Amino acid sequence: MSTSSVSKGCFVFKPSAKKKKKTSSLEDYFTVGCEVAETSEIRFRLCQDLWDKIKTDTEVLQDELNRKILDSLLDFTRKCSSTRQHGDWTSQMRASEIPTAALLLGVNIPDHDMTFQSLSDLLQQSVTPHVASVQAKECAALKYLMKRVLERLMGTDVTMDDDDDDEEEAASIQLHKSVHCSLGTLCDWYSTTTKKSKTGTPGKKRSSSVRDEQQQQPPVVIIFKDLEAFNPRVLQDFILICSRYIERLPLMFIFGIATSPSTIQHMLPHSVSSLLCIELFQSLSCTQHLATVIDKFILTHHFPFKLSSKVMQVLINIFLYHDFTVKNFIKGMQLALLEHFHSQPLSVLCCKKREALYNVMRLSHRDLERIRQLPSFKSYVEKQDPQEQADLLKDDTHLKDVCQKLIKDLHKYHKNYYPILRCLHSLTSSLPRYPLGKQIRELYLICLEKNVWENEDYQSAMKLLKMLAKDELIASLQRCAEILKCEKMKNALVQLEELLGKFQQLDTTAAETAPSVEESFTSPVKNLQKKTDLFQLQKTLLEMNESRRSKKLSPFEVLRDEALEFIDSLVKNHLSLPESQTLNEVCYYSSSATVRRHINATPRTSIRAALSSPYYYLQNDSLKAEDGSVSNAAPDICIAYKLHLECGRLINLFDWLEAYTTVVSAAEGNDPDSENFGKVDEVKHARFIRAVSELEFLGFIKCTKQKTDHVARLTWGGC
Amino acid sequence: MTAVLQHPGYEEERMQRVAGQLPGREVQAGMLLSLMGQPQHYSYPSIFIYGHRASGKSHVMHVLLKELELPHATVSCVECVSVTLLFEQVLLSFFGCDAASLLPCSPSLSDFVRIYRQQCSQTPAKETRYIVMDKAELLRDADTNLLPALLRLQELVEDNVTVILLSEIVWDNFRPNTGCFEPLLLNFPDYSKGELQQILSQDRHPSYSAEFYSSYINILLGVFYSVCRDLRELRRLAALNFSKFCEPLAEGKVKETDTHKLWKNIEPHLKKAMQTVYLREVSSLQWEQMQQMEEKEAGALRGVDTHSAVALDDFLRIAAYLASYNPARTDKRFFLKHHGKIRKTNFLKKNEKTSNHLLGPKPFPLDRLLAIFYSVVDSRVAPTASIFSQISSLVTLQLLTQVSHNDQLNAPKYKCAVSMDFICAISRTVNFDIVKYLYDFL
Repeated sequence: MSTSSVSKGCFVFKPSAKKKKKTSSLEDYFTVGCEVAETSEIRFRLCQDLWDKIKTDTEVLQDELNRKILDSLLDFTRKCSSTRQHGDWTSQMRASEIPTAALLLGVNIPDHDMTFQSLSDLLQQSVTPHVASVQAKECAALKYLMKRVLERLMGTDVTMDDDDDDEEEAASIQLHKSVHCSLGTLCDWYSTTTKKSKTGTPGKKRSSSVRDEQQQQPPVVIIFKDLEAFNPRVLQDFILICSRYIERLPLMFIFGIATSPSTIQHMLPHSVSSLLCIELFQSLSCTQHLATVIDKFILTHHFPFKLSSKVMQVLINIFLYHDFTVKNFIKGMQLALLEHFHSQPLSVLCCKKREALYNVMRLSHRDLERIRQLPSFKSYVEKQDPQEQADLLKDDTHLKDVCQKLIKDLHKYHKNYYPILRCLHSLTSSLPRYPLGKQIRELYLICLEKNVWENEDYQSAMKLLKMLAKDELIASLQRCAEILKCEKMKNALVQLEELLGKFQQLDTTAAETAPSVEESFTSPVKNLQKKTDLFQLQKTLLEMNESRRSKKLSPFEVLRDEALEFIDSLVKNHLSLPESQTLNEVCYYSSSATVRRHINATPRTSIRAALSSPYYYLQNDSLKAEDGSVSNAAPDICIAYKLHLECGRLINLFDWLEAYTTVVSAAEGNDPDSENFGKVDEVKHARFIRAVSELEFLGFIKCTKQKTDHVARLTWGGC
Repeated sequence: MTAVLQHPGYEEERMQRVAGQLPGREVQAGMLLSLMGQPQHYSYPSIFIYGHRASGKSHVMHVLLKELELPHATVSCVECVSVTLLFEQVLLSFFGCDAASLLPCSPSLSDFVRIYRQQCSQTPAKETRYIVMDKAELLRDADTNLLPALLRLQELVEDNVTVILLSEIVWDNFRPNTGCFEPLLLNFPDYSKGELQQILSQDRHPSYSAEFYSSYINILLGVFYSVCRDLRELRRLAALNFSKFCEPLAEGKVKETDTHKLWKNIEPHLKKAMQTVYLREVSSLQWEQMQQMEEKEAGALRGVDTHSAVALDDFLRIAAYLASYNPARTDKRFFLKHHGKIRKTNFLKKNEKTSNHLLGPKPFPLDRLLAIFYSVVDSRVAPTASIFSQISSLVTLQLLTQVSHNDQLNAPKYKCAVSMDFICAISRTVNFDIVKYLYDFL
């Protein structure tokens, strides 16, 4: 049984999706329902390796991207706490304000968690041990907010300094027990802890010089993760209370804002916001983040697993149209990865080159048969001469040799593909109106869809490139050379550098040739100035036009055409479609429907599908029915649903019941002519009522007061 | 002026010190002192002081009680999430922590009174005890019996105690339905210009002379007094702009006495600052940075207000806006192909004729939002789960507000909470001419 078809429309991850949690059973999950069990072990390992790589690399990436904003935030906190301790006149005048950092993060809320996590980690490492982060949903009232803040501040400290005596722990236990908690308690706690750290325990992990400076008064940082969701009343009161203690307790706030800084004004009245000293920080946009992720995992030959154009399109559309979260994008990649290794037996070859070559030798006869079935391999076979064809189809060892060659070719193809793609992007990304897209992912999608040189936009881009000024052209060609150098494409690099050298030569020779060109150019113009006759003017203009057309190209133009032809040839050689490559099925995952179904679920459509064709889910042969109709043996709710589709906006319950019993009686095989046929008995009545209430629960009907005994229909046909 | 602040109960010297700390509030302080009488005398049971924000209510009370060393408890009502905290703080400051720990888990008012009396019999008051309740308007939301009880606490605990309530609103808004003991009312009027000058001149910069700072304050008040009388805001403005004021001095261009030149220098800056009075768009820190930067860059800094949003989010917001500001009956006209002509005048009921933008957003059901959404968005979008989750995330971002109760799953209702300018900006980014679809602008 094919697993992918069972899960149609159901937003449930297959067990294998959970596999990251328990190592012991993960593999079992993977092998269950897996295509071909023998190689599942290897495939599982490969999949796991790749996923681990994705996971660690994205974390590193996230850290790198956030570094800038986190650094500036850290600086801000340090500055705040230091000016408070030994400030000048202006900062003294400001002493009553609570320093606040408003962190603009954008609407990609699922990504924020990681940012805040690393922020609070960094703060704890380098600025202050006292960091508490709160979320709106746990702070519905001021009481809870207070409690959370106190718990986290005092609690974290207890766990952090294990060498502290029990007194503090006892205090914190008492805190949990006591009904109320006020900032006064926190103040007392703060003064005792700071005093303690001043007098004793120099052996703590506080060694940096910054540390010592702030040893006496590390700030207390409270992070509000989602400011918009907080109850404004609660927040206002909390800030009012905090401002009363600001002299004794060096508090600091960090607001995480998803929309715009004006929300602060919306939420806090002037009397409250005047207590804050707000500074704005803006985080990196998520599109940039996505660009780096794509750069890292997709536009590189180091990562063997590839997505086909449709899957890419689905994932990018979800990102752009729905959530903007990179986290979900990576989840989508994870799903595709799992599905690929789970459903494609030949994915054993989807790994590093050396390992893949080794795996080719271990392929079983059945696997080789599968290779022979691959469309790309078939078309490859057709191109060979008859003798070779026979060998490929019959001789397993020969096939293995050929496969090794093909795998090598595939790797080489990828190795060349991405540098050339980048070159093309660097050339076209600055053109007016971006014929091939502004972002490299757009260009990549175009290239995946069909041969890029057949694209109209490509032609127009080339035309635009021809119009570039010399220095611009040289600059972008130099950028290409840089890219090729990085990616070690020697042949192309040598040729390109040759061309660049010629351009430079042109500069030196240009000075000599220039006057002669100008001369030929100016002569008709001079004529123009002399004669003012209309007919003559027309004639000369025509002549000028003619001469320009037939004019010999300048050396620069010749060279430019040569360079562009070179680029064109590179593109044609290396940017061919992945589908045209033999054995591409090994690396490319192409089932976009599966990905869409899992990630972008359509609950309504699936419910409708379940109700109108129960066979689809239940796989019971008796439920099979011709187009549109429902067999009368279907579950009650399906029958009720089918019947209700035939009604108008208001449904008479009794008519509905009658119709229902007729259908059900037919299913029971009662004689249509007998007396009891179609009679409503208690069991049927109960079954009907249950079906109706289930439909109501699913939102297809609801009670109405317009007519007694009627229910209102809530859905209409299609959608 | 110090003549006002004389009282038989206290030494002259101490009164002088108090008067020095209360510029512009001598009359009120004197009044309070005469109400309070000599320390050992019984005082009036409750006093209600009201006046605008930053009119010195808490400050006067604080200085008086501190300087005259009277036993007192100061409680901020914001902080008292529960009455327990209030009782505890009062007992703590009068009788020490032993008394406070006697309070049961969730004490009632009578518990408090019982413990107070018990403690009071052990340590009877030699002087009047004062309980100062800051932000007393919040007491109205507390238990109904709390405020009346506090007003006649003196009788209840049979002790020499006076409750002083500080509030920004008048007593009329406090009086409970059942009636209660009327406290003595005392109004703190706003500071006059002269008084403000006197107060602001007090926090002078240590490295400049008092006259210089006071002339600066004079200039500052001249500009801002007409728009802002809030002492706190003025103090902030003074601190922010002082460095700019001193600039020519530091460069050695003018002398401290050359007021006219200094005025010429600072005036444009103060005018600019005027635009942001009360509007804390920029923090004090950033304002300082802005002053250092050129104007161009400053504009860029304030322009951080960018909304980047998901494409479909934009359309959802537009749909929500249309649903909120168009009458439901007009949907047909805007979103159906063959709607026929509808005359504005005859078509609508009378109450719909007034501009919807004046009336504010109206609630709309989810179905209508989605119907408009699907007709507004050009490409075909499947009704996926993400669309619905996007709606709920719009609610958490407070761009939509849910009108119906949270638990109501069946046909929830929403309101659009964004402004016209905002939605116009959004629709420009997605090339949607929203004005054509708004009934008010037909």
